[in-house]
Amino acid sequence: MEARLNQEQNRRSLITENSLYRILPRDTVTGHALVAVIAIMSFLAALTVGAVQIVRTTSIEWRADVTSEMTIQVRPAENRDIEEELRKAIEITKNVPGVTAARAYTKHEADKLLEPWLGAGFDLGTLPIPRLIKVRVQNIGDADVVNFRKALSENVPGATLDDHRNWSSRITTTANAITFIGFAVLILVLITTVLSVSFATRGTVAANHAVVEVLHFVGARNSYIANVFQRHFLIVGLKGGVFGGTIATLLFVLLHFAADLLNTLPGGGDTAVFLRQFGLNRQGYLGIAFVIGFIAFVTALSSRITVHRTLRMID
Amino acid sequence: MGSEVLRDVSFSIEPKSFQFLTGPSGAGKTSLLCLLFLSLRPTRGLITLFGRDATRLRAHEVAAFRRRIGIVFQDFRLLDHLTTYENVALPLRVLGRDESSYRPEVIELLKWVGLGERIHALPPVLSGGEKQRASIARALIGRPELLLADEPTGNVDPPLARRLLRLFVELHKSGTAVVIATHDVTLMDQYDARRLVLNEGRLYAEG
Repeated sequence: MEARLNQEQNRRSLITENSLYRILPRDTVTGHALVAVIAIMSFLAALTVGAVQIVRTTSIEWRADVTSEMTIQVRPAENRDIEEELRKAIEITKNVPGVTAARAYTKHEADKLLEPWLGAGFDLGTLPIPRLIKVRVQNIGDADVVNFRKALSENVPGATLDDHRNWSSRITTTANAITFIGFAVLILVLITTVLSVSFATRGTVAANHAVVEVLHFVGARNSYIANVFQRHFLIVGLKGGVFGGTIATLLFVLLHFAADLLNTLPGGGDTAVFLRQFGLNRQGYLGIAFVIGFIAFVTALSSRITVHRTLRMID
Repeated sequence: MGSEVLRDVSFSIEPKSFQFLTGPSGAGKTSLLCLLFLSLRPTRGLITLFGRDATRLRAHEVAAFRRRIGIVFQDFRLLDHLTTYENVALPLRVLGRDESSYRPEVIELLKWVGLGERIHALPPVLSGGEKQRASIARALIGRPELLLADEPTGNVDPPLARRLLRLFVELHKSGTAVVIATHDVTLMDQYDARRLVLNEGRLYAEG
């Protein structure tokens, strides 16, 4: 009977479940605290990455909107038929390379544009209100714009072309500034994340000083000890990173869904448009995935460096 | 620079020999063991270990040399989250060996030191004597050429101390050089062996 028991004992693995790769203790207070620190920092970093992507995408859309449109203003004058001038201006516009569409605002539409400033009851028929032509362009060259402007002034005396250049350059400067600030904040958040995660990791490795020492004294190579810690802390970093990153991603997804929901409700349109901007694109999701990987890497690397430092101290 | 703990210490440990390292508390016994175990470096002087100058060993060589030496710490240094079996198997596990290749060996050794029934126990539930035997088993599992034991009977009662001494003697007879640091004269009187006496940092050999 005893022989059979011995045989059974010799055959069966005696290493406790899951401990084959767990020379380090699991479920310690310091270990949980480290996962919490990593999760919080990953959440903040992922939020920042998402926000930077949204700001960048929105600024690119603004610029594209502004630069893809031009406006022709035709001023009324005595002895000139404004409708004829509008027709001539549209004719010239259609022959300009890069123009994809042109449409004149009707008298009623032009009056409507002034309504917010002058009020609904004001008789606009007595005022010389200029008429506008909205021109859609795509990849129009500078030389074409110069020729376009010249052709208009020669053939339609009351017409002026606004290519939104001033407005576009201002919006570009603003958008670039916002994007730059976004990236600066992202860098600061990442630096803070690296510092807090590496200090927290150091603390946790220090709490496992006894393990480093025992492994060292039983003849484990320094690289083996460093690998054991690195592997353990990589998993810890991934756990915290995935947790924080997932919460941040869910928040963005939730805002996007909230926009869709609000859109179906009466009066929710404006808020829906605002919230829809919080939707992440592929770059945003990739950015968050990168943050998770980066934080896990920093955690693993910090543990490796701390172990080597500890080993140097022991020797 | 701190005070000089050991000076003019010159001795050799022959292969398959047995000796006690003794002296009053604070005489430098633990420091001398640490020097032999390469966990301390001498500020000057020469330590030749297995034919090599110990101070000139590279980091990766130190690990290989340590595997030829087994050490029993006075405070056991067992890992509390590993079972007795896992603690004893640790020196083989860190070599990257497959568990099935050393399992019978570890169980046999645990039985030899009287811990056959305690293989799944965690150190916090072991008695002082059991911890000491687990610590000794861990030092022996790698079949070291030299065994260093720092006050191995300091935490156990006299009958267990005698049992542990018998263990060391058996090990010596199987071909391992043994150095036992102790100030327990009764223990030393039980086995006729060379005594290295440390006093105020100087070494005197007897026997």
